[in-house]
Amino acid sequence: MSGFVALIAQTARLGLRAGGGALIGLIFFLAVVTVIPFGVGPDQNLLARIGPAVLWIGALLASLLGLDRLFGGDREDGALDLLIVSGQPLALVVLARAIGHWLATGLPIVIAAPLLGLLLNVEPLGLAAVTLTLLAGSPALTLIGTVGAALTAGLARGGVMIAVLVLPLTVPVLIFGVSAVNGAIADPDPFTAPFLILCAFTLGAGVLGPVAGAAALRLALD
Amino acid sequence: MPTTKATAGTAGESAAKPTIIGQLANPTRFLSLTEAVLPWLISLAAACLAVGVYLAFFVAPADYQQGDSVRIMFIHVPAAWLAMFCYSLMAVAALGTLVWRHPLADVAAKAAAPLGAAFTLLALFTGSVWGKPMWGTWWVWDARLTSVLVLFIMYLGLIALWRSFDDPGRAGRVAAILTLVGFINIPIIKFSVDWWNTLHQPASVVRLDGPTIHPTMLWPLLIMAVGFTLSFMALHFGAMRAEIFRRRVRTAQIMIAQQRAPAAASASAVTPVAESAVSGPR
Repeated sequence: MSGFVALIAQTARLGLRAGGGALIGLIFFLAVVTVIPFGVGPDQNLLARIGPAVLWIGALLASLLGLDRLFGGDREDGALDLLIVSGQPLALVVLARAIGHWLATGLPIVIAAPLLGLLLNVEPLGLAAVTLTLLAGSPALTLIGTVGAALTAGLARGGVMIAVLVLPLTVPVLIFGVSAVNGAIADPDPFTAPFLILCAFTLGAGVLGPVAGAAALRLALD
Repeated sequence: MPTTKATAGTAGESAAKPTIIGQLANPTRFLSLTEAVLPWLISLAAACLAVGVYLAFFVAPADYQQGDSVRIMFIHVPAAWLAMFCYSLMAVAALGTLVWRHPLADVAAKAAAPLGAAFTLLALFTGSVWGKPMWGTWWVWDARLTSVLVLFIMYLGLIALWRSFDDPGRAGRVAAILTLVGFINIPIIKFSVDWWNTLHQPASVVRLDGPTIHPTMLWPLLIMAVGFTLSFMALHFGAMRAEIFRRRVRTAQIMIAQQRAPAAASASAVTPVAESAVSGPR
C-alpha cells in the first residue's frame, strides 16, 4: 500500500517538475479556449451557449498531451522492468501511474476550468456544473488515455498514435459530461442521470483501464 | 516463445486437436483448404450479387415516396451489416489471439480490419448519397451516422496501430487488446449517442426500413446480403492467404539475413549482400 502511494506521489512529482507535462497541458487548455472565439466570433450569447462544450473539449484535448511520457520514460530507463519484477500486481502499478498523472495534469485543468469559463461568458451555475462534471469525468479520460499509453509503450514515437487511438473511445465521456452541464443550465433536461452515468464511466474505467493497460504493458516488453 | 509460433507458418504439432478450429491452426492446412474453397466461394458470391443486383434494379418496384433512390438501400444495408459483423469477427479473433493463442487468429483480425473499414466507408458513402435527395443534406449528426463514423475511425486507428509495429506477432497482440477495449466501447458509443440525440433533438430520425418492408423489396435485400457476406468471406480468405505468405516471406528474409550476416561482417563489401537479403530469396 505504501508502495502504491509512493508510486502515485512519484508520478505526480515527475509530472509537475521541470520537463513534466503538467504545465504544458494547462497552457494548451488555455490556448484551445482562447482560439475558439477567434474562430466562431466574439458573440457573447453564442460563447455562453457553447462555452461548457468548449471547456470539455479543451480538457479532453489537454488530457491527451502528456500521455506518451507516462510509460515511455519508464521503458527507456528500465524502470518498467523493475516495476514488473517487483512482484506487485501490474494493474495496480498502472492504476497508481494513472492517479498520479491525473493529480499532475487533470486536477489543474479542473481547477482552471471555471476561470476560463469566465472568459467564455458561462453563467455561474454553468461554471459550477462544468467544474463538477470535469472533476467526475476527467479521471475517466486519464484512465482511457492510460490504456492508449500502455498500448504504444513499445513504440519509439507513439505520441500522435495515442491521440488517434484514444479519441474515439472518449466519445461517451464527452457526451455525458456536456449533457450533464446542459442539464444543470437548461431546466427541462435532467442533470442527475447523465452525471451519475459519468461517475459510472470513471468507476468502470478505473477497473477496466488498469487491467487492459497491464496486459498491454506486458506485451510491450516481450 | 509465442512470437515464433505465430509467425513460423510451418508448425504442425497442433494437428492433434480434433476440432475444425484446431485443425485450421496449421497454416499449411488452412492454405490448402482455402485454395480448394475459394473458387467456389467467389463464383457463388458473384452469382448471388448478380441475381441480387438484377432483382434490386430491374424487378423490385420503386418506392412510392422515395422513387428509384430506394435502390441505394440494397447496397447500403448489407454494407452497414458487414461493417458491424466484421468488428465482431475481429473481437472474436482478438480473444483467439490473447486467450487461445491461435496462430491464425491475428492473421484473421489483421486481414479483416481493412475490409471492415472499406464496408464502413461504403455504408457511410451510400448513406450520404441517399441522404442528399431524401433529407436534403449530405450529413446529419444523427445517432446512427455518428456511431458508424466513430466505428470507421476505430478501424483506421487499428490499421495504423498494426502498421506501427515491426513484429507481426506483437502487433497482433497489442491490436487485440485495443480491439477488445473498442468492442466494449462500441455499444456504449451507440447507446450514448442515441441518448445524446434524443436529449437534443426530437425523434425526427429517419428510419430506413419504414413500417414494414414489402416482400418484393425484402427478397432482393436478403439475396444482396448473402452475396455481400459471401464476397466478404472470399476477400477475407484471400487477404488471410496473402498475409500468411507475407509472413513466410518475412521469416525467410530474416533467416537469409541471419545466415549471411557473419559473412557480411567479415567481408568488406556489405551493401550488395544486404540488398539481396532484403529483396527476397529468389
